[in-house]
Amino acid sequence: MDDVPSIKAFELPLSVKSNEPVNGEYRLLVLAAPHDILKRCRAGQFFHLLCPQAGGETPYLRRPMSIYGFYPEKGELHFLYKVTGAGTRALATLSLGDRLNVLGPLGEPFTIADDWQDLVLVARGVGLATLAPLALEANRLGRRLTAICSARHPDYLMSTDYFESLGADVITLTDAEGTSDLDNLEKVIEGLIAAGRADAFYTCGSNRMLRLLQTIGERHGIPGQIALEQQMACGIGMCHCCVRPFTRGNRQVHLRVCREGPVFDMMEAIAW
Amino acid sequence: MVDLSVDISGLKLKNPIMPASGTFSEDLAEVFDLDRLGAHVTKTITRGWRDGNPTPRVCEVNGSMLNSIGIPSKGVGAFIEKVVPFYAHYETPLVVSISGNTADEFATLCSEVSVPGVAAIEVNISCPNIEEDGKAFAIRPSSTHDVMRKLRAATDLPLWAKLTPNTGETSEVARAAEEGGADALVVANTILSMAIDINTRRPKLGNLMGGLSGPSLKPIALRMAYQCARATKIPVIGCGGISTVEDVIEYLIAGASAVQVGTATFIHPTIMLSLIDGLEDWLSNQGLSSVKDLIGSVIDGEQDESVVFMEAAP
Repeated sequence: MDDVPSIKAFELPLSVKSNEPVNGEYRLLVLAAPHDILKRCRAGQFFHLLCPQAGGETPYLRRPMSIYGFYPEKGELHFLYKVTGAGTRALATLSLGDRLNVLGPLGEPFTIADDWQDLVLVARGVGLATLAPLALEANRLGRRLTAICSARHPDYLMSTDYFESLGADVITLTDAEGTSDLDNLEKVIEGLIAAGRADAFYTCGSNRMLRLLQTIGERHGIPGQIALEQQMACGIGMCHCCVRPFTRGNRQVHLRVCREGPVFDMMEAIAW
Repeated sequence: MVDLSVDISGLKLKNPIMPASGTFSEDLAEVFDLDRLGAHVTKTITRGWRDGNPTPRVCEVNGSMLNSIGIPSKGVGAFIEKVVPFYAHYETPLVVSISGNTADEFATLCSEVSVPGVAAIEVNISCPNIEEDGKAFAIRPSSTHDVMRKLRAATDLPLWAKLTPNTGETSEVARAAEEGGADALVVANTILSMAIDINTRRPKLGNLMGGLSGPSLKPIALRMAYQCARATKIPVIGCGGISTVEDVIEYLIAGASAVQVGTATFIHPTIMLSLIDGLEDWLSNQGLSSVKDLIGSVIDGEQDESVVFMEAAP
């Protein structure tokens, strides 16, 4: 039995530095955050955001949002989001100097095993937001990185410049160009494997991509991790709202996305 | 210096603020010092393993919440082995919430969790009684009385009966729990509710129906706490929609000796600390030296006509 747990997550109001659209679909929210919070953040973790009341809407529960970037040296915490519902509509109304109550950092982060030298990041749309801090960590550890970025249209590709700035080989696939179908994605990944450039996969958000990566991973014995999403209430493990099924050995288990995740072993995740 | 301590049938609490079952766990120790609380109340446990209900298990409705978690539980063995030792690190008393499908199963579990380190047992008699066609024990006085008698015989620990608002016989159920052997009443659990997505025409919860909690519940649970305090001689612990110091004070004035805070902790994990500090400040500002001076101080006699301002409709 360990001693009494130390404080790891904090509830506090942070000041908005900027909240601007980055393209037709996504916005970047930058918060001023204390150094001691930022230094605890890890790639794949999330914050639980108390969205303001705005436009007659009153989002009640907090909204989980993965960390897009954390920069202790600049005192900044970044979130990339798409406006989809009452919570994100309210977030979009925040402007310079407004305060946003955040709880975090929360959840289990991505890990990079010592023998994973060549990492392959595969994501679509805003899913890339969750993988962006992983790219930074991979760069810090001197790992080689390939980022396969998928989107409906080239205009909606996210973070490709950011991945390139971290030394990643970036492969873009879009619906508009007819390159984002699963068959083509499989060819691209098989090409990386043949070139010895895939020790581990990381993905987020897409059911179809998860199934494909599980199939390829099993075929070649390549491990991976996935960051999952689920509706949450408490965000810290108390309510058991955010469970999802996973395969462990021969049985199915329910695990909390907020607590045991949001990052899970890719082969244990069950597609939805 | 204000005395915040209260006495729940012999169990001394340093303050009247505690979590509601299902909205608290060891995980919260990573956000604040759990020893600040008046008591620790665990998530409801069952004898065996339970997976809980299908997802989605939660949705929000107009500043409140619906849930259909379904009491996921690792069983009593894992609870005694792992959870009880965790709380032994704290001075705050541990209250274990339990549930059973039948009165006998309930009583067996009650006996099994009566172990050192457990200060009281909260019996969640708001859950379905399989022998009564799924109706919660606490919907009716007779089934409340029967299960409480069996639970009373199963343990020497204090028994807190958690009542349901899904009954039309609040006072009768409260008296039945008292006569059956309850040492305190927790008033109340969530209200059976529903929400539908108009675009998909599907219920918003995987289990179709769930329990309403949050601020919408407060006037109803407060009324019940008032009724139960008048109907019985045992302490009432108010529970339902508490999110401000004013809410706490209302429950205490209505007759509650302590309160449980649930859904509000999901919104502000440290809210119970704010409520403890806020209650102390309010009592001090009122010139009261003890929280006990507030309990049951409601003035519910005949209304002075001079303060009646609503006119009859023409």
